[in-house]
Amino acid sequence: MILAGIEPRAEFVHWMFATGFLVLGLALVAEAVVGPEVWGRRPWRRYLWPGTCFLMGLLMWPVMALYTNSMIHMVAHGSWAQVLMLCGAAELGVVRGKLHSQYWRLTSFFALLVSGTAILVHEQNGWFFARAAFLHHTLGWTAIVASVFPLVQAFRPRAVVAAYGFATTFVVMAVLLYCDRDIAPIFGHFSAWAGVPHR
Amino acid sequence: MSADYARGLQASRAEETTTPDTWRVRIVLALGPATVAAGVVWAIVQPWRLTLLHPHGQGLWWLIAEPPLYVVVVGLLFRYLVAPGLVADLRESEER
Repeated sequence: MILAGIEPRAEFVHWMFATGFLVLGLALVAEAVVGPEVWGRRPWRRYLWPGTCFLMGLLMWPVMALYTNSMIHMVAHGSWAQVLMLCGAAELGVVRGKLHSQYWRLTSFFALLVSGTAILVHEQNGWFFARAAFLHHTLGWTAIVASVFPLVQAFRPRAVVAAYGFATTFVVMAVLLYCDRDIAPIFGHFSAWAGVPHR
Repeated sequence: MSADYARGLQASRAEETTTPDTWRVRIVLALGPATVAAGVVWAIVQPWRLTLLHPHGQGLWWLIAEPPLYVVVVGLLFRYLVAPGLVADLRESEER
């Protein structure tokens, strides 16, 4: 009961992770604009996005352990924690020079594919059940479709369109997460089973 | 200070101020302010998202969760921590 009293609503956690995605998005857009050589001139900048990604993976574990309310939610959040850490760690290894293959970018492809699938699988309601359901479907398909960008980058690291697409994906995901309200209507639709709406 | 050196310094300063920014520099410099603007517009359109404007009776999480402010802060951090060094490196690489 005490825990329930201090536990944040799901949307609060989503907004905080949206901020992390926005940081990732801005860093990746800037890198796409200036190119990897200029971006990598200062060592701390090279670590910015993989470090943030890895940190978000770490922070997803307490979310999984403390704030999920069903087994399927727990599994989904656990899978996001794992793939965020995997993707961040692989990219950290690449920028540190410990890993050399360009194919490590496939971890980002894998992360987006697994994340998108987990979002879609753990959302049990239809698109127009409530705003959160709509956003889960949109986020899931966005991640799955966008996984093509890191896939292209793994084989063609200098593909500009793929770099912009990968960067934009994180900005879009941030916007979608910021739009989240766990109990709110979407485009005027709201299921009678969704609960009491709030602002 | 010798006249030659002063003239050279003056010329390089004039060049710095007159060299037009490339589209890359402009985009990098615009990313932060654009993000800040997005957060400000959001706060104006949905003021109830900022519980700090009406804090009475709000719980701890409602007071911590201020998403438009999060967006503004990210934009400011990018503008003042990331953009200046990035623009300097970009200008240096473009001058070569």
